[in-house]
Amino acid sequence: MLRVHSFESLGTYDGPGIRLVAFLQGCNFKCLYCANADTIELKGGTETSVEEILAMAQNQKPFFGKKGGLTFSGGEPLVQAKQLLPIVKTLKEHNFHVCIDTNGSILNDDVKAVLEYTDIVLLDVKHINNEQHKLLTGKSNDKTLAFVEYLNKINKPVWLRYVLVPGYSDNHEHLHQLGEHFKAFDNVEKLEIQPYHELGAHKYEHLGWEYQLKGVKANTQEQLDSAFNIFKHYFKDVVIN
Amino acid sequence: MRCKYEIKRTNNKVQVNKRIMSKINETFVKGSWNEQVNVRDFVQKNITPYDGDSSFLSGPTERTKKLWNICLDAIKEERANNGVRSIDTETVSSIVSHEAGYIQKDLELIVGLQTDELLKRAMKPYGGIAVVEKACSEQGLEVSDRVKDIFRNYAKTHNDGVFDVYTDEIRKYRSLGFLTGLPDNYARGRIIGDYRRLALYGIDALVAAKKADMQGLTGPMSDDKIRLREEVAEQIKALLQIKELGNKYGLDLSRPAESAQEAVQWVYMAYLSAVKEQDGAAMSLGNVSSFLDIYMEYDLANGNITEELAQEFIDQFVMKLRVVRHLRMNAYNEIFAGDPTWVTEAIGGKLMDGRHKITKTSYRFLQTLYNLGPSPEPNMTVLWSQTLPEGFKKFCAQVSIDTSSIQYENDDLMTETRQSDDYGIACCVSFQEIGKHIQFFGARTNLAKTLLLAINGGRCEMSGKVIVEGIPALKSDKLDYDEVMANYKLAMKEVARVYNESMNIIHYMHDKYYYEKGQMAFVDTNPKVNLAYGMAGLSIVADSLSAIKHANVTVVRNDEGLSSQFLIDGEFPCYGNDDDRVDNLAVEISNHFNQLLCGLDTYKNAEPTMSILTITSNVVYGLKTGATPDGREQGVPFAPGANPMHGRDKNGAIASLNSVAKLDYKNALDGISNTFSIIPKSLGADADIRNENLVTMMDAYFSKEAHHLNVNVLNRELLEDAMENPNEYPQLTIRVSGYAVNFVRLTREQQLEVISRSFHSNM
Repeated sequence: MLRVHSFESLGTYDGPGIRLVAFLQGCNFKCLYCANADTIELKGGTETSVEEILAMAQNQKPFFGKKGGLTFSGGEPLVQAKQLLPIVKTLKEHNFHVCIDTNGSILNDDVKAVLEYTDIVLLDVKHINNEQHKLLTGKSNDKTLAFVEYLNKINKPVWLRYVLVPGYSDNHEHLHQLGEHFKAFDNVEKLEIQPYHELGAHKYEHLGWEYQLKGVKANTQEQLDSAFNIFKHYFKDVVIN
Repeated sequence: MRCKYEIKRTNNKVQVNKRIMSKINETFVKGSWNEQVNVRDFVQKNITPYDGDSSFLSGPTERTKKLWNICLDAIKEERANNGVRSIDTETVSSIVSHEAGYIQKDLELIVGLQTDELLKRAMKPYGGIAVVEKACSEQGLEVSDRVKDIFRNYAKTHNDGVFDVYTDEIRKYRSLGFLTGLPDNYARGRIIGDYRRLALYGIDALVAAKKADMQGLTGPMSDDKIRLREEVAEQIKALLQIKELGNKYGLDLSRPAESAQEAVQWVYMAYLSAVKEQDGAAMSLGNVSSFLDIYMEYDLANGNITEELAQEFIDQFVMKLRVVRHLRMNAYNEIFAGDPTWVTEAIGGKLMDGRHKITKTSYRFLQTLYNLGPSPEPNMTVLWSQTLPEGFKKFCAQVSIDTSSIQYENDDLMTETRQSDDYGIACCVSFQEIGKHIQFFGARTNLAKTLLLAINGGRCEMSGKVIVEGIPALKSDKLDYDEVMANYKLAMKEVARVYNESMNIIHYMHDKYYYEKGQMAFVDTNPKVNLAYGMAGLSIVADSLSAIKHANVTVVRNDEGLSSQFLIDGEFPCYGNDDDRVDNLAVEISNHFNQLLCGLDTYKNAEPTMSILTITSNVVYGLKTGATPDGREQGVPFAPGANPMHGRDKNGAIASLNSVAKLDYKNALDGISNTFSIIPKSLGADADIRNENLVTMMDAYFSKEAHHLNVNVLNRELLEDAMENPNEYPQLTIRVSGYAVNFVRLTREQQLEVISRSFHSNM
């Protein structure tokens, strides 16, 4: 059984086309800006079976059109790789398109097996600079970087996703470094800039946590445009979500 | 009272004379339309389906802009003047009651107003004189003594007739809110004349055809035969009046139209005669765009007009449709908010032979939403088929995203179920075969309030009055699903019976005192009739039954022993999340109620159909309904139509659509209305993706045999701003339930209700 926090049946930002997005409960990171803070806690969530998810996918199939499908997000979906495996396997048997939205910090045999049944990995790179990464997430970024190496080795398509937090992850030098680092990977198809927003901040209050980015404003169009222009040097497909 | 109505349908023979075989008609592909009144055949033989995209379209001309600005100023004045610009309190409106009226004559390519002045409203007292008097007095005006004298002392109205024979029981159901919005003091509307007939045949040929029908209606002279003969005689008189109406504008309507401009003008004159004579709640236009396109193609091919002029004809036609007005009293606004007229035009769809019916004029109609700006009227309804050309689907999505002014209906489902490819949409969402079929409008009954009868031993939960005898008191206040369901079925059966009785009375009287002679002149003699019932509160019923079944629900009763509150312990699935455990309850109840209605005899042997639709009465229904077992408190508005309750659809837009798609159209042939609001960003990151996703959603929703979808693409903040600054949003249009309104013309209460609805957002 998979522990699911919630579903969004009209996912239009988590992979190609219209997608059923399952937000899984539990994350091994604790990013300062997490918009789904209520999915971080490792316990909890609604126990959901392979059959239930398959039934939902089948009910929604016409909406997926030619491109859409399912995306497992979170939380960090690969925390539950063992439970996820039979689900993605079944979905692929029924020809559904599957994306995993991950921070890339877990790479074990279960994860490797899950990746076999995954069409696109949406890889959230939080920061290219390790110190800054630690500041933002509480963890080193070396595992994430190694994860990309692995995905490249198995030739798995990747969409990089990068949250542009003003004052935290929008330093131009760092953006160039990130571009330099990933430009060589031919499996990286796209880079998506995720604008920073405070829409998840109210959840912190509810959880009794302090929101540490209080006062950080949403990106200006200028900030987004300059990040876009920098990434455009390195990636053929850059979008602002 | 089932009347044996076995008069054979007459065959509409047209006398083939020189007049029909006019110059332009000679050039068209011939067929049975030359032998009998059969516009469908004409369209099928002569249509030019268009597979291209929107790039050919023209913007507004200077003339169009000038003319529309005059209208906008007048509309502004109207809004500033309590929603009414002026009223003619002297003249009883009829097809020929007023002299010609113009917006500005030298700018008008398509002429004709309901009265002699733009936005001047006319009195149509045959529905009921008291209503007209009230509507006038609310504007500080008084109906002329002469008219009052006539309608109080000499002429009988529809309203008089109905209340003469209503039973006490019907009166009780009506006043307590079990039946609401019944067309017993206003015109029933919903009938669609085949206004194209005037353009294709001209008055003289249509009169000849009706006279031929009349000759076939011979003895024995039973009630129904006599009535039908009288109806046809009335229709012939109306046709002659329409010819006279044309004369007032210098138009010779006796003959067929000879050009694209005339075709538009003739169709409009036929429609205008309808809205001069009748003020029915919904006065649909039908399905005229692809018919008109045949004339456009002819004139374009012969170099008689340019694309710019073709568009101008449609822009001006649509402008006229936008200024149609009826005289309404304020209370009317509770059920039909925002002064709607339901000039519903059905666009697109496909022919039975597999070709689609998209023409360049389908595009031209939608283009008016750019050329003149967004607008609720005419009520643009796209008949969506999976096989429509991609270019058109994309254009529709674009127009929806830009204007929120279109609704969509499932053409594949309707052509298959109803076996016709020549239909319009009556009122909001209801199928009506053009010229072959009519409808008797039936407003709706409150099934959520009916559920409370099951819990209160047949008594009204608010007044305590006994509504249904013989419903046992519950054994326990802890609700038992089987016990409640058994009582509910008893209550629904009685409500259906009383509802049916009121319908039969209303339509008998409407035929007798306010017969639609002008519209029926453009309909086959002795057409098929649907009796269009409706129900409200389905999502509340489904969630309530789900709560009773899956959680523990306890009734709290007041001193009189009536339910005042429900305590819910535990979780239960809510309708709108693609969860069969509750969605199947919604299906079961709607099917069951429809079957009850189908078992009852009807006036004129009409075929019963039922809608799951509320218009804007979901607010007033909420006010009239006590707390319900789903946790809804007394007075809280219902969800509109077949929508899930606001905020209970937790799994996003698609799951919500999937739930509604499960409702069975065959058991709700009058239509299943779903109003969908989404913020633009939720459709995707950029314009192309949004467009593509909306097309995919529509294809998918309708592939699941869903019936109808209102599409709003806008931000809640925009509506909030419009509430505070209405003058900055004169044309802001929002789809509510089967129709669209100018948001700023809603009452504050209704605005708040619209804002509280689920705006699907995945951000």
